[in-house]
Amino acid sequence: MSATPTTKPVKKRKIKLDEHLLAYRGVWVFVESERGHVHPVSWELMGQGRRLADQLQVELCAVAMGAPGPELDTHCEASFHYGADRCYRVASPVLRDYRNEPYTQALTQLVNAHKPEILFLGATTLGRDLAGSVATTLKTGLTADCTELAIDPEDRCLLATRPTFGGSLLCTIATLNYRPQMATIRHRVMPMPEPQPERRGLIVDFEPGLVEDSIVTKLLDFLPDALGDKQHLPYAKIVVAGGKGLGKAENFRLVWDLAGVLGAEVGATRAAIHAGWITPDRQVGQTGKTVRPALYIAAGISGAIQHRVGMESSDCIVAINNDANAPIFDFAHYALVGDCVSVLPALTKAFASYLGKPFKEAT
Amino acid sequence: MHIVVCIKQVPDSAHIRVHPVTNTIMRQGVPAIINPYDLFAIEAALRLKDQLGGRVTVMSMGPTQAEPALRKAISLGCDEAILVTDRIFAGADTLATSYVLASAIRTLDKEMPVGLVFTGKQTIDGDTAQVGPGIAKRLDMQLLTYVSRIVEVDPAQRRIVVERRAEGGVQVLETAMPALITMLEGSNEIRFASTPGMFRAARATIRHWDRNAAGIEDIKLVGLKGSPTIVSRVFGPAARAEKAKPIPFDPADPDSCANNLLERLLNEMPKVRKELEQRRSDTQ
Amino acid sequence: MSEKFDVIVVGAGPAGNAAAYTLAKAGINVLQIERGEYPGSKNVQGAILYADALERLIPDFRDSAPLERHIIEQRMWVLDEDSYIGGHYRSAEFARPPHNRYTIIRARFDKWFSDQVQKAGALLLCETTVKALLRDVQGKVIGVEVDREDGRIYADAVILADGANSLVATRAGLRQDIRAETAALAVKEVIFLPKETVDARFNLSGQEGAVIEMLGSISQGMVGTGFLYTNKDSISIGIGCMLSDLKRQHLAPVELLERMKAHPAIAPLIAGGEPREYAAHLIPEGGYDALPQLYGEGWMLVGDSAGFVNAVHREGSNLAMTSGQMAAETLIELLREKRPATAANLARYRARLDASFVMKDLKKYRRLPETLDRQRQFINDYPALLNQAAHTMLRVDGMDKRHKEKEIFNAFRERRSLLGLLGDAYHLWRATR
Ligand SMILES: Cc1cc2nc3c(=O)[nH]c(=O)nc-3n(C[C@H](O)[C@H](O)[C@H](O)COP(=O)(O)OP(=O)(O)OC[C@H]3O[C@@H](n4cnc5c(N)ncnc54)[C@H](O)[C@@H]3O)c2cc1C
Ligand SMILES: Cc1cc2nc3c(=O)[nH]c(=O)nc-3n(C[C@H](O)[C@H](O)[C@H](O)COP(=O)(O)OP(=O)(O)OC[C@H]3O[C@@H](n4cnc5c(N)ncnc54)[C@H](O)[C@@H]3O)c2cc1C
Ligand SMILES: Nc1ncnc2c1ncn2[C@@H]1O[C@H](COP(=O)(O)O)[C@@H](O)[C@H]1O
Repeated sequence: MSATPTTKPVKKRKIKLDEHLLAYRGVWVFVESERGHVHPVSWELMGQGRRLADQLQVELCAVAMGAPGPELDTHCEASFHYGADRCYRVASPVLRDYRNEPYTQALTQLVNAHKPEILFLGATTLGRDLAGSVATTLKTGLTADCTELAIDPEDRCLLATRPTFGGSLLCTIATLNYRPQMATIRHRVMPMPEPQPERRGLIVDFEPGLVEDSIVTKLLDFLPDALGDKQHLPYAKIVVAGGKGLGKAENFRLVWDLAGVLGAEVGATRAAIHAGWITPDRQVGQTGKTVRPALYIAAGISGAIQHRVGMESSDCIVAINNDANAPIFDFAHYALVGDCVSVLPALTKAFASYLGKPFKEAT
Repeated sequence: MHIVVCIKQVPDSAHIRVHPVTNTIMRQGVPAIINPYDLFAIEAALRLKDQLGGRVTVMSMGPTQAEPALRKAISLGCDEAILVTDRIFAGADTLATSYVLASAIRTLDKEMPVGLVFTGKQTIDGDTAQVGPGIAKRLDMQLLTYVSRIVEVDPAQRRIVVERRAEGGVQVLETAMPALITMLEGSNEIRFASTPGMFRAARATIRHWDRNAAGIEDIKLVGLKGSPTIVSRVFGPAARAEKAKPIPFDPADPDSCANNLLERLLNEMPKVRKELEQRRSDTQ
Repeated sequence: MSEKFDVIVVGAGPAGNAAAYTLAKAGINVLQIERGEYPGSKNVQGAILYADALERLIPDFRDSAPLERHIIEQRMWVLDEDSYIGGHYRSAEFARPPHNRYTIIRARFDKWFSDQVQKAGALLLCETTVKALLRDVQGKVIGVEVDREDGRIYADAVILADGANSLVATRAGLRQDIRAETAALAVKEVIFLPKETVDARFNLSGQEGAVIEMLGSISQGMVGTGFLYTNKDSISIGIGCMLSDLKRQHLAPVELLERMKAHPAIAPLIAGGEPREYAAHLIPEGGYDALPQLYGEGWMLVGDSAGFVNAVHREGSNLAMTSGQMAAETLIELLREKRPATAANLARYRARLDASFVMKDLKKYRRLPETLDRQRQFINDYPALLNQAAHTMLRVDGMDKRHKEKEIFNAFRERRSLLGLLGDAYHLWRATR
């Protein structure tokens, strides 16, 4: 990405792909797995990959890497369920745990051998680590942390859109003269496709020729995170979120109350977190979590772009804000112009009575 | 041991406003700061220096206006600063940036061998987290990203052990130096410069390296020319095509407003209705 | 190992910069300390720069200083609830260089000024706050203490240019806390508008600019004035009222500004703009009678921290620069003569000020703050009366002009007795002569 973005659409540069790049075809998705689990962002990407591959009329291929065994095979099968036509299976004991060096070597070799035009990875710690070094090794462009993907119908170019400048703007980035076009994509911004269990595809084995002795970095230990309740927030079906507009710490209780009645998760803006009203793991937004619940209730939240990118793909956004001009009303579905301190208890009461739950009127 | 820290000066995004008409970034009056994540890289390097001695060189690629960022790094305790600056570096994407920084570090390595390179996790303007990995690959160094703690460094054995944030847990990794570490935020508390530190910074001479001094071999690989990605459009977030539906609110009667909202959600939003109905049947 | 300088200047606003610049140019070892991230970082607003004071320091400042527009038109408005009456003065002479007044954006201007100071050889520490003055056993100021580890820095003299609040001087007992009766709180906003829009709305072209000074209903009965300046591609708008009035009325300054922006005469000028920066700042408006002791053993006050503001003409930065320069010149002289910066020797600073426009202007208006505070009719009654008068005269409705004059006169008489009217004229004359 160029450091100085321009606003005028850059004059369409003619693509002139070098001879050896013309052969690059197909959309690839890297299937990220660690300790037996595929990261869901991979399947979200498969859904996008399918759409773009169809548009380009090419194959959608999955890349599954890991130690040989049934686990890896399951991942290959699952990639078909989520839309892949073909899956490159890269099996080696050296790939048991993620390490940058062997994964970079394997993926770089695979790309050089099978030449995709597009390669997607999740914008996870693993995905960003791997994508950054693979792109540099291949000397191609990489667009990080994208939130939107499209194909330019005229020249088959990938148009990857992402927040920039601390999220105050969005920019669309293209890799014109290099292949593959690489991008990492945020978790939870793309919908999860429905798996089709009957779907099958072609598994192609790739031998990376890795030798453990030549790998310098060794994994000494893995300390899994304690499973806190924070894990639930990205997947919650209902989120009640509070912002600075709640006015003071005590008022955050109103958010918890409503969430309690709804069986919802609680989210917050960075401003509320900075105020110390709630713990940082509840932050929704660009530097927090991305959520896409069926219902997002935003109380006293202005709707700054950094918050917005983390929740705007919610199916239904209800915004409560006493400022009718608050930016959140630009993208909310329901606008409730009023004081959240008096609206929240009323909502709690209404939902409690609908859901048949006991509710104590606040005193 | 010689440690290099790469830092970038960025506009403080908290102050960035977007021109309502032209959609350009209004930089006027927007303060420039050290990329906040890079402060953790500086701190990590300084702690190693406190512990093991040695030398910390801070480096930035950017225009001459980036000097204050380097001075600030010196005020915190870095020994020397190098500004890699040349008109032809302008417009670089991460691939071109990592090429320039890697070339400069290679040149510096000839003055005094570099054992560790630190970068921040990511910048707040580019926000890519790619420059660190890029430098490591180009210098053929071991890459350790998202490091939350440096457990052990043994300069004699050229051995380093770190904790690295991974999905679902923390990896404890051991590797050989030279290595490049991208530091995670919050990994340690950032120091406040002392008065003598401030004086050192105010008086420091900052070395400026142009393409020759930085040892750039192929000028086709720097700046806009050396950047495979191009920004084709920059735009502000769009309002939803459909306006938000107003739910009238009367402060005297919040309850009817709440009931109104509930009713409309049930009637107009099937997915919400599904969730609510499911919860209702769960309670019963 | 502690540092020692000839002079320490606290603050890098116009006053501090002028002082440090003058000292550094004379080859004096000067340290300047600024608490902001960079000079001007705490000063986001637009303002008027009077060329004269700066010209005396940096004659060719126009070549490199970040100037927004030069002012070719000055408007004076007296507003009531929905109208205004006023005068415009526009002169082709103002449009010819060298220009006399400019609009500036302080953040950029202060930074530029500070660059000149550093080029002249002064050392600057930013993000460093002076907490206290260091004194020797006799009580002479011998340095400062800053908010960082090992924070004692020594000097033969300290110039305090730390602005209206001057916590350093107040804490050191050199002056009193700024009083609500002698300070105005000004709030202002920079509103972004494309250059073409600004040009069209104010009938300007090129680098020309206009200024509107306002009083009347916008200050809601308080002693205060409003202003609007055109910058290149933005408008600075603001209003300042006496702190004591604001306190009495329990009015949030923001609200005052919002109401002013909604006035039918003002709203169209800023319509469609995007508010970009908001700032509130104290202005010491006590005038001559509120001036503190200006110097003492090893120290001097300059600019706002000394209370050098001409509230009537809204001049501050020029008094700040001039006083800064004079303090510096005094020290240069003493250093050349190898005399210490004792209170007795620093009395020369006061003498310089007395001989200059700084003190002369402050003396001229010394009664005005008090007059306005006591004689509220100037704020409460006259704006409405004047507007009504204009309205009556200008509306063609079949009434003959003599009757109209009579109606106007009666309206004035009703609000103020004949004696009152005469008295008002006298008060105003006395206060400003
Ligand atoms: C690099 C960067 C990353 C960031 N990342 C994130 C992120 O991940 N997540 C995030 O949330 N923010 C993030 N931010 C911060 C973001 O820019 C905003 O500052 C933040 O989202 C604002 O939070 P808020 O809406 O709670 O507060 P405010 O902007 O202060 O808004 C409060 C709102 O409440 C309304 N209100 C006030 N009183 C009431 C009342 N009684 N009833 C109803 N409404 C009321 C007000 O009208 C206002 O709209 C980031 C910023 C930067 C620079
Ligand atoms: C709304 C408003 C409009 C105005 N408009 C005009 C105008 O149009 N034209 C005009 O001529 N004047 C105007 N003035 C007045 C003018 O701004 C001031 O008179 C002038 O800025 C005074 O300069 P100064 O250097 O004394 O103080 P300041 O500009 O206030 O500078 C003081 C500096 O000292 C620093 N500082 C403070 N304390 C410490 C400390 N303890 N340690 C280190 N640093 C410290 C501050 O950060 C600041 O940078 C206006 C004022 C206001 C509030
Ligand atoms: N121009 C630059 N000069 C020095 N270091 C940089 C530069 N750009 C990026 N970096 C370093 O690379 C890290 C990641 O940047 P980015 O890939 O832009 O998110 C930053 O935290 C810096 O440490």
